[in-house]
Amino acid sequence: MSADGVNNERRRFLLATTSAVGAVGVGLAAVPFISTWLPSAKAKAVGAPVEVNVGKLDFGQILKVQWRGQTIGILRRDERMIDDLPSLDDRLRDPDSAESIQPSYAVNEARASNAQFLVVNMHCTHLGCVPQLIPQVGAQPFDDDWKGGFYCPCHKSKFDMAGRVYNGVPAPTNLTVPPYSFLDEQTVLIGVNPEGAA
Amino acid sequence: MGKAASGVGRQATSFLNWVDQRLPVTDFWNAHLAKYYAPKNFNFWYYMGGLALLVLVMQILTGIFLTMHYKPSAAEAFASVEYIMRDVDWGWLVRYMHSTGASFFFIIVYLHMFRSLLYGSHRKPRELIWVFGMLIYLLLMAEAFFGYVLPWGQMSYWGAQVIINLFGAIPAIGEPLTEWIRGDYFISDATINRFFALHVIALPLALAGLVAMHLTALHEVGSNNPDGIDIKKNKDEDGVPVDGIPFHPYYTVKDIFGASMFLMIFAFVIFFWPEAGGLFLEHDNFAPANPLVTPEHIKPVWYFTPYYAILKAVPDKLMGVVLMGVSVGVLFLLPWLDRSPVRSIRYKGNWYKILVFTFAIAFVRLGMLGMAEGTPAQTWEMRFWTFIYFAFFILLFFLSKGGAVKPEPERVTH
Repeated sequence: MSADGVNNERRRFLLATTSAVGAVGVGLAAVPFISTWLPSAKAKAVGAPVEVNVGKLDFGQILKVQWRGQTIGILRRDERMIDDLPSLDDRLRDPDSAESIQPSYAVNEARASNAQFLVVNMHCTHLGCVPQLIPQVGAQPFDDDWKGGFYCPCHKSKFDMAGRVYNGVPAPTNLTVPPYSFLDEQTVLIGVNPEGAA
Repeated sequence: MGKAASGVGRQATSFLNWVDQRLPVTDFWNAHLAKYYAPKNFNFWYYMGGLALLVLVMQILTGIFLTMHYKPSAAEAFASVEYIMRDVDWGWLVRYMHSTGASFFFIIVYLHMFRSLLYGSHRKPRELIWVFGMLIYLLLMAEAFFGYVLPWGQMSYWGAQVIINLFGAIPAIGEPLTEWIRGDYFISDATINRFFALHVIALPLALAGLVAMHLTALHEVGSNNPDGIDIKKNKDEDGVPVDGIPFHPYYTVKDIFGASMFLMIFAFVIFFWPEAGGLFLEHDNFAPANPLVTPEHIKPVWYFTPYYAILKAVPDKLMGVVLMGVSVGVLFLLPWLDRSPVRSIRYKGNWYKILVFTFAIAFVRLGMLGMAEGTPAQTWEMRFWTFIYFAFFILLFFLSKGGAVKPEPERVTH
């Protein structure tokens, strides 16, 4: 092996281009493998709207159903619970739901199209646990002046009776409100906006 | 009799020669065991590396046998683990060896890492050994997490929910990333199936490779010792360190004793206390996964709780996740943060003793608080210890440069 007449520049160029083309090839070959981890066609197909009868709910009671793998809660609130909501505004991070996710018809104090029924995605906006509903008013171990609401057992996030998040807890935004509409007085369809709304 | 034996011996030697010409078996044996000279002043702390290897082998063996009965699907996983526990002959033993083994793995690894802090085993020229060790630790955490999801109990499910959603805190790509990890819009069959693949194939392979790198790097520069001095500076006429003894038979025999003691304790726990009162196997995990109900008190297994406490101490989603990541990542920098001219705690001043033991207390206390219910007072205490945890690294960097040291001895002490 003689080193005479070796064109080092040419050799470096060939090395660099071969490596670059090889790296691109490896990158492209990785795409199908990485893609296998995306939700499959079957997983995407499951996601039909869910019809729920709320006629038998008592005040302060919550009904949990599953929609697209998420736990959706339908909470029936009485006058007192609805009237208490504004009094909490200064303890909340996003009282007007400006930075939270909900359909336009839920951007109001009660976060609902019909104030009596709160339809809410129960998963905490922190890390996805399902908070407990603690509707009783009165001192709790985690809050001396509890007006009723949701309390997350995972990381102590607190939400009021409209799913609005308190200040000073890990959850960044209010509980998410999914699209829903009332088919009649007692039936909620989760996953479909009312006609004409978005 | 003697003649026959020597005949067999001759045959064995000639067979070994035949192999050695084709595969360097004797060279390997000498380089890593019979002529690998380790300092003669090893103490109790030096059991941990060998024990970690022993537990790794045990986890792989018991794991192989568990896969023969376990079903990696959301519908069947929980029942198949119960089946292993109740119906498979000796299945309970293999499963408890594996689940208890995971906790013991972390006990050993934490002691092994603390040994480095005491004697400066991560300092120059052993930085890469530490970096490979840290990578092993990271993969071990991932391996433990995936393994914890597989029984598909309530804690498996909700633990996975929390850990996967940690990635959701990353701006912009967070949500699609969690979807990609889960393979669905919620934790489902797709999730448990891929976690199984990672747990039994991908991560164990990567771990084995990293362990090989860890040991190769160690045997290249040689072992540190409790005095933190270099034994290779002082060699006899044959080039053997005067303070070194061959790893085999001296330390193999010592390690066999250590392994026996360890296995006695390990067996006792498996037989009489396999769940460790909810510490090794949490009570809520004996109920099948239920996506509609979060258990009242969610916490990870004990070996994650120090970092979990740091996550909980921060009242902001992104910052909490970032700080938790930094709390693990900063450990990688330890070899460069300690700038003291001596390695071992024995020849550093009191400043180092105070730093290291305060750090150890902070780590343990964070671990306890990470398991606790989380009253407001505990939240403030978590913040306090989180502060101490990070203060350790900053103080170490500034105090180690000029911090008091005592003269190191010429020869190792024992």
